[in-house]
Amino acid sequence: MSIEIVEVQRPLGEIVPAMVDENGKMCGFVHSFETGAAVDGPGMRFVVFVSGCQFRCLYCHNPDTWKLHNGKQKTVDEVVAEIGKYAAFLKMTGGLTISGGEPLMQAHFVGEIFYRVKQQYGLHTALDTQGFLAAHLDDSWFDNVDLILLDIKQFNPERYEKLTGKPLQPTLDFARRLQKMGKKIWLRYVLVPGWSDDFDDVEGLAEFVQSLGSIVERVEVLPFHKMGEHKWEELGMKYELGDVEPPSTEVTERVRDQFRARGLNTY
Amino acid sequence: MNAPETNLQINAWRGFKEGEWQKKVAVRDFIQLNYTPYEGDDSFIAGPTERTNKVWEKLSEMLKAERAAPGQVLDVAADRGTGITAFGPGYIDKDLEKIVGVQTDAPLKRAIFPNTGLRMVQSSLEEIGRELDPKIEEVFHKYRKDHNSGVFDIYNPLIRACRSSGVITGLPDAYGRGRIIGDYRRVALYGIDQLIEFKKAEKAETDDFDFTEDTIRLREELSEQIRALGELKEMAASYGFDIGKPAATAQEAIQWTYFGYLAAIKEQNGAAMSIGRISTFLDIYIERDQKEGKITEAEAQEFIDDLVIKLRIVRFLRTEEYNSLYSGDPTWVTESIGGMGKDGRTLVSKNSFRFLNTLFNLGPAPEPNLTVLWSPALPQGFKNFCAKVSIETSSIQYESDEQMRPHWGDDYAIACCVSAMEVGKQMQFFGARCNLAKAMLYAINGGVDEKTGKKVVPNFEPITSEYLDYDEVMAKYDKMLDWLAKTYVKALNAIHYMHDKYSYERIEMALHDRDILRTMACGIAGLSVAADSLSAIKYAKVKTIRNEAGVAVDFEIEGEYPAFGNNDDRVDEIAVYLTESFMNKVKSHKMYRNALPTQSILTITSNVVYGKKTGNTPDGRRAGAPFAPGANPMNGRDTSGFVAAGASVAKLPYEAALDGISWTASATPDALGHSLADRVNNLTACLDGFCNATGFHINVNVLNRDTLLDAMDHPEKYPQLTIRVSGYAVNFIKLTREQQLDVINRTFHVKC
Repeated sequence: MSIEIVEVQRPLGEIVPAMVDENGKMCGFVHSFETGAAVDGPGMRFVVFVSGCQFRCLYCHNPDTWKLHNGKQKTVDEVVAEIGKYAAFLKMTGGLTISGGEPLMQAHFVGEIFYRVKQQYGLHTALDTQGFLAAHLDDSWFDNVDLILLDIKQFNPERYEKLTGKPLQPTLDFARRLQKMGKKIWLRYVLVPGWSDDFDDVEGLAEFVQSLGSIVERVEVLPFHKMGEHKWEELGMKYELGDVEPPSTEVTERVRDQFRARGLNTY
Repeated sequence: MNAPETNLQINAWRGFKEGEWQKKVAVRDFIQLNYTPYEGDDSFIAGPTERTNKVWEKLSEMLKAERAAPGQVLDVAADRGTGITAFGPGYIDKDLEKIVGVQTDAPLKRAIFPNTGLRMVQSSLEEIGRELDPKIEEVFHKYRKDHNSGVFDIYNPLIRACRSSGVITGLPDAYGRGRIIGDYRRVALYGIDQLIEFKKAEKAETDDFDFTEDTIRLREELSEQIRALGELKEMAASYGFDIGKPAATAQEAIQWTYFGYLAAIKEQNGAAMSIGRISTFLDIYIERDQKEGKITEAEAQEFIDDLVIKLRIVRFLRTEEYNSLYSGDPTWVTESIGGMGKDGRTLVSKNSFRFLNTLFNLGPAPEPNLTVLWSPALPQGFKNFCAKVSIETSSIQYESDEQMRPHWGDDYAIACCVSAMEVGKQMQFFGARCNLAKAMLYAINGGVDEKTGKKVVPNFEPITSEYLDYDEVMAKYDKMLDWLAKTYVKALNAIHYMHDKYSYERIEMALHDRDILRTMACGIAGLSVAADSLSAIKYAKVKTIRNEAGVAVDFEIEGEYPAFGNNDDRVDEIAVYLTESFMNKVKSHKMYRNALPTQSILTITSNVVYGKKTGNTPDGRRAGAPFAPGANPMNGRDTSGFVAAGASVAKLPYEAALDGISWTASATPDALGHSLADRVNNLTACLDGFCNATGFHINVNVLNRDTLLDAMDHPEKYPQLTIRVSGYAVNFIKLTREQQLDVINRTFHVKC
């Protein structure tokens, strides 16, 4: 009898352990709230921006959310109460989106918020993520999430890592997993001239997204902008895309057409 | 009623459902019995005809010349005082126009209104290098008195001091008070002859009353009203129309209604000369003509386009000082559109769409001030069309029908920006506003003006501590506001007494019932500055910095405080308290003609001027910096997004501000959604949500920063660029550079 040695692959990265405050209440770090977002999921969204992200995307427009402790410590109760002020409005007009930073870094905190908001207010919920840490979580974690805003920042693994500082594969694995779970996706792709506008890279991604099938409700091609540049300066960091201009309308439309050509509902 | 008249009515009223409205003036009854609610979308709507384009192009050239003229005044008839019959007919293009009539004998030629104030006429003429005819000067110096002179006979030194320091600003003591809406629909429905008969009967009812001062005034007013109706008929005859009889076709109904309004703007130069709620009324005539096969949809739209062209060129001669308060030459030709009926049917008709469609057919424009009475119960097709018009033109405003209907019924209209009144049954005495932020500085400094160092308010002791104590400031502020409310009401009573006496709105009041509700429409400015200042004093520490004379001229804030506009009860409750408390202070005084006191939280563009007149405030605002407009949170302090800002504003109770609460919200198209369909859905959802949260009013702007910046440098490229500011819309290029920057800074603070 031989013993089969199975190599257990640990998922990459780390999720922050569950945290409680001095009163034993579950808490996490929140960068800010936005009450009137219209482009972060269907309808009008209350967006919780949590802090903490392992990625270092060169075009990041929220570098002030990278460090967990850049946020303010808040309990789940406090966050849910803040959302509760708008529950009637959100029920009618849209719902809750948790963004960041990377929300999955504080999966315990974020999961609890989704659970409570579903239980108490029955709101539509969306998670804005690049999916890098998703392998740490069971399928059931996603039960309280109606929609995933999935950011795939490049399809070429090498360029992906250059752009973000982390490997691509976990994100693609997550997308396949969502397909199995039948979870709805809005795919988001930030278009950066010289970094993610290569025709073949876009073709590869479009093909992959098409293969995910009906879970993909829409694709959003978001033209790069430099509105976050000043934050890099304030944080004393060098902004490497200072010379990059936003993509032209022609390029943006070309990329959108590449997705549209595969029957994807693209904006 | 004699036989020929009956015959005329039979023809004019053919096919209408019979009712009370035939026996007495009851326009609402007529509308309810005869209108056709429209639940569909905009697919029926017609574009501009070639004729319409021609008229608009011709006028556009004149408008271009007007913008280039000194003071942007194309021409003035300075040889005579205005009046309903002061001028012969005037046209843009006599052969092409379907609806006719201008204020003087040529379009864009302004009249002078010496009855309200000769001095104002003189200075506005001087500013553009024109002279007043000496005969008119002689008349007003030797033979009769104007409104302005009357008011200044009454003012006491304290009112004058408040007026010049700017703690009370914008009082209508030298120009027409406006904000009175004649029920111009009556002209079309009944014809002038019948209206005169009704008025005579109303007057005869008072024959046996004791002739007290009130009765004497009323009887004189009724006589003037009857005279004015006769003049209106004469003026219409000069254009070749006999409006003695009721209107018999859609074109006549529109023309008759417009003649009624035209008489009002020939006679009065009120700051706001609103037209009321005419679209669904007129739809009844259009429906009938269309059923009879008399007119096509294109023709119906043509009539409305032509009417709206006229409403776009209402002009009054103003002074520079006036323009600094109310920028961009506004006239507030407010037309209220939509809303729901008390019986649950929508008051949206096809004509509601046609009015909004003029913004596409003729391009965006600030006037008429198209105001949608919003309810979540409105038909979806109409909601979507409104949102589309907003997104593409930024030219309309929204007010909550759900808030107003319980108070004013379902036949009210908006005067000016946000002031609701039941049409033909209610009027208001417009009262401008008090500066709550400056009043707080007076409380801190014992009535000494922080800018001039002059003692304005007697018998007040200043606060002398280094750090401001909340309870001490509140106690002194409360007393200061008591004093201010008392002084303010005195000024308003004087103004409206004299306005009734020397510049009575004869034709507008002829189109009202005899016995009406009058409101005294007070107002407050600087609410968010005052609330934030008190919040800073309460939740942070505020240190005073005094000059040699001991006047607190600056403040240092140690720590953070919650700011109004973030849906934070700690400060929002202060704003609610200030609103309710000032209203109660006003109410404790006796009003001229037993008016019902109300107030608005509205600044128009005077938030810039109020800011200039106010020193550093304890919230950290710098001296001279603009206030937020209306009830808006201070610029940049509403950091939680616009839904939170709207929620804070929605907490201000309508019951304590029945004259309206103004909020302006702006977004870039990209921030509202990725496609037009998304944007339309999001905007209608927000309007429903705000309405359900007891919000009252929103000005919606959907604009790009780059467009506005380019328009500042190249105004010639943007003759029709329109932007909503507190309660009205303006041509962006007609704002001063300072106001343009204020608008841009308030609209776009980069947030990501």
